[in-house]
Amino acid sequence: MIKKFDKKDEESGSGSNPFQHLEKSAVLQEARIFNETPINPRRCLHILTKIIYLLNQGEHFGTTEATEAFFAMTRLFQSNDQTLRRMCYLTIKEMANISEDVIIVTSSLTKDMTGKEDVYRGPAIRALCRITDTTMLQAIERYMKQAIVDKVPSVSSSALVSSLHMVKMSYDVVKRWVNEAQEAASSDNIMVQYHALGLLYHLRKNDRLAVTKMLNKFTKSGLKSPFAYCMLIRIASKLLDETEGGHDSPLFDFIESCLRNKNEMVVYEAASAIVHMPNCTARELAPAVSVLQLFCSSPKAALRYAAVRTLNKVAMKHPSAVTACNLDLENLITDSNRSIATLAITTLLKTGSESSVDRLMKQISSFVSEISDEFKVVVVQAISALCQKYPRKHSVMMNFLSNMLRDDGGFEYKRAIVDCIISIIEENPESKETGLAHLCEFIEDCEHTVLATKILHLLGKEGPRTPQPSKYIRFIFNRVVLESEAVRAAAVSALAKFGAQNDDLLPSVLVLMQRCMMDSDDEVRDRATFYMNVLQQKQKALNAAYIFNGLSVSIPGLEKSLHQYTLEPTEKPFDMKSVPLATTPITDHKSDITPVSSSKLPDKLTPSRQDIYQEQLAAIPDFQGLGPLFKSSEQVQLTEAETEYVVRCVKHTFAGHMVFQFDCTNTLNDQLLQKVVVQMEPSESYEVVTYIPASSLPYSQPGSCYTLVRLPEDDPTAVSCTFSCTMKYLVKDCDPNTGEPDDDGYDDEYVLEDLEVTVADHIQKVLKANFGAAWEEVGDEFEKEETFALASVRTLDEAVGNIISFLGMQPCERSDKVPENKNSHVLFLAGVFRGGHDMLVRARLALADGVTMQVTVRSGEETVVDVILASVG
Amino acid sequence: MDSSILEPSLYTVKAVLILDNDGDRLYAKYYDDTYPTVKEQKAFEKNIFNKTHRTDSEIALLEGLTVVYKSNIDLFFYVIGSSHENELMLMAVLNCLFDSLSQMLRKNVERRALLENMEGLFLAVDEIVDGGVILESDPQQVVHRVALRGDDVPLTEQTVTQVRKTILASLSSNLSYIQGEIFMSKARAKLLQAQILKSASDSFSNNPICF
Repeated sequence: MIKKFDKKDEESGSGSNPFQHLEKSAVLQEARIFNETPINPRRCLHILTKIIYLLNQGEHFGTTEATEAFFAMTRLFQSNDQTLRRMCYLTIKEMANISEDVIIVTSSLTKDMTGKEDVYRGPAIRALCRITDTTMLQAIERYMKQAIVDKVPSVSSSALVSSLHMVKMSYDVVKRWVNEAQEAASSDNIMVQYHALGLLYHLRKNDRLAVTKMLNKFTKSGLKSPFAYCMLIRIASKLLDETEGGHDSPLFDFIESCLRNKNEMVVYEAASAIVHMPNCTARELAPAVSVLQLFCSSPKAALRYAAVRTLNKVAMKHPSAVTACNLDLENLITDSNRSIATLAITTLLKTGSESSVDRLMKQISSFVSEISDEFKVVVVQAISALCQKYPRKHSVMMNFLSNMLRDDGGFEYKRAIVDCIISIIEENPESKETGLAHLCEFIEDCEHTVLATKILHLLGKEGPRTPQPSKYIRFIFNRVVLESEAVRAAAVSALAKFGAQNDDLLPSVLVLMQRCMMDSDDEVRDRATFYMNVLQQKQKALNAAYIFNGLSVSIPGLEKSLHQYTLEPTEKPFDMKSVPLATTPITDHKSDITPVSSSKLPDKLTPSRQDIYQEQLAAIPDFQGLGPLFKSSEQVQLTEAETEYVVRCVKHTFAGHMVFQFDCTNTLNDQLLQKVVVQMEPSESYEVVTYIPASSLPYSQPGSCYTLVRLPEDDPTAVSCTFSCTMKYLVKDCDPNTGEPDDDGYDDEYVLEDLEVTVADHIQKVLKANFGAAWEEVGDEFEKEETFALASVRTLDEAVGNIISFLGMQPCERSDKVPENKNSHVLFLAGVFRGGHDMLVRARLALADGVTMQVTVRSGEETVVDVILASVG
Repeated sequence: MDSSILEPSLYTVKAVLILDNDGDRLYAKYYDDTYPTVKEQKAFEKNIFNKTHRTDSEIALLEGLTVVYKSNIDLFFYVIGSSHENELMLMAVLNCLFDSLSQMLRKNVERRALLENMEGLFLAVDEIVDGGVILESDPQQVVHRVALRGDDVPLTEQTVTQVRKTILASLSSNLSYIQGEIFMSKARAKLLQAQILKSASDSFSNNPICF
């Protein structure tokens, strides 16, 4: 860096940077003149500037040298030079964390903050609060209170902002200044108003009632400051979001009225708040969209950017609301700010018609290399959404994506493209071959291990079923030769799948496997040896179980069980069925607006939701003998929203029992609930074993109580049951402000909605990547078939959705998607029944007047088959 | 869609940067832990500079942050905030910073003038943003609060108020100091002192911007 300065100096011929060649030690040496009398303000000022400059450049100061310089600096308080004094404040702030004993300047700063010189007071307050801790704060509390209501705006603002910084550290002290802050909020100065509002909100944000009151007051009285308005809008939209109610409250009206504010900042904030509200109707959006439309033609780039970025967000949910702006957006395509242009195009891609797609794609490709990676990802997301909307355009998109894939770009960008191509392949069978070809080309020169392994996995899954599987072998084997261990291992697995699926390729695959067994990495060798042996057996069932459909257990669960097993040495072999199953991530493709961002790589190390439950339940002594947790259901609401108590239930299924976990929240701030249990009355032969109460349920702190139920052993087909639930508890009235409860309480009860246990609660979803192989593996020993008529269902889509949600099984081979304009469909479902029995369901659907369904069930256990057919019927 | 509603907060600004036309840091202040180490900060500054120094387009999205910027001759000013932040608020900070400096440097906003007035820059930024909270957005107020004594500037270019303030400040402590401090003849200085001493009292009470 210094060299660069030198060169520059030669060019300009004079010392252009007085701070070049600054050396920390020399500057600290110079700082000795701080001790001279009389003080020379100009020289001292220059040295202080140098010190701050060095700190600013990121120079590291040791504690001793910093403390030394700091103490020397404190002498400068003797000088009355204004700028010098101000620089002292700055030095104090900069050194607050690196020097020791900074609190010795407290008295000097306190003097300045209460003194006559207004120029000193604000900065002195800020410096003082920077070095103060909770204990010292008590001592200056009186001065702070005075400063907050001071009539000089800079003093008041400084005091308010410093208080805000200190809320994190000493909430209780700052809380006592609410009245002063309240007074400051009615100040005429716009910044004081803004800071006071901010402080008030931070002090009250946990108390919804107080926030609502404050909002009401300020929305009525009206504020001068645009910043304060923005803050109010944010508070209002947060409150609206929490109330979950409709949007016809006065809060929404307030936000909407801000759309007519004369300050652009406020108007934009209001529009953006409306756009970001969940469940906003098109009618509510319209005014916000129209102000954004006006901003699109603003001369200010920042405003255009803000507007088009927000419109882009609207277009994700309500493309039709933005169509009115299409003309304005078209004008922005040629904007000199590439960010604006990109956002405009991607928005148009979402709102435009199919015919404009080609033109827009051409536009983007002209400048895609100039924009930053963030925006390239935005472009890819737009394309991905477009592919779902216009499947017929996939060839244009695919070309474009493959071009982008060849360009330079970071990992995020490449991953977005790969994810997008994969989703296209899955959506459009006819694009499969081109897509796979592009991906093959990409992995030939791919530096990202994660992407390479992902693509290899996909090749293994899709490749063998293409008309010409042999052409992929070359790409895969190249990886074995050229890449790192992880990629080689993935390539070996992919090869094995080709060998298992295609008999004519098997001999060649075996030869290649043989070579992989010489690999330098042990994981690669292990895999090769394993697959080699499985393949040589030439048994379909083995292939299916060990090559196509891998383990379906949860990894942390397996780790725990194995650990347990090694702790207690037994003769018994380890039983895979005792391991909890992995919960299949729920991927709902239709609601997925941004497939790229949501398809994050699952991090295997973070435990899933079910593992967390397992942990929690295992901690309760009564539940220890139940064995591994089989399945945890989604939360079921047992109360209406906005009632006194909110109760949600999670159903945990074990091999022979069920545990109902009730998450209760008390929304009354004048009540404390104790000994809360939910009493359950089963309709069938289910038997309630124990209740575990939640000992205490204070206001707004959720607590859980549990009910343990034994499943009927004699009748395995009794899988569904209805429970009527009543919450019983001891109420103690308490002071809403302090939370202090009365000594006496009384018993009370609260009727909850009925809870249903259905067949889906007994079945865990399991994804079989290759359903056909799994079907053969289970065999037809216990196959049963029956035909049903679903009279009330009108479309195949609806029928498929109903069956999946009723049985709670995992659709395989993407059979949950019904192709358009077809009268028949086959749905494949896979799952594991309670107790660890694999089960597969094939449902043939035909559309006539209603939908006719022929269900074939296979399982290793006869009762399971009966249960399913009985429950469907 | 990131539907998370913005947590209402006064903490708006994540960083204020000033780079020169080689992309080297002249001033940098980070208000939160987005870039905790100097190394990460420098890398970020480099990235910003590469992405912005050729285009004059005032706003960009980089590393998930909104960056508003402005360049003048050989200086690049940046204000950085979260990508959910109101872009216009960040713009207000940038404009305030630039206009304040422009006034303090007498429209001479370039690298050399800035380096000669680093203390003014430090004080101005301190008045505009405090720990990430916008403290003031009116350049007039900022310049007024920084109240930089223009002692490097010949007397003729100083405003009457500034001269008055300079002299009055020193007067109270030590009279002979002024004559050395300000470049002017003894005779003129005395004349000025006499004038000022005469009007000292009413200038205090009448002048609204004088402290």
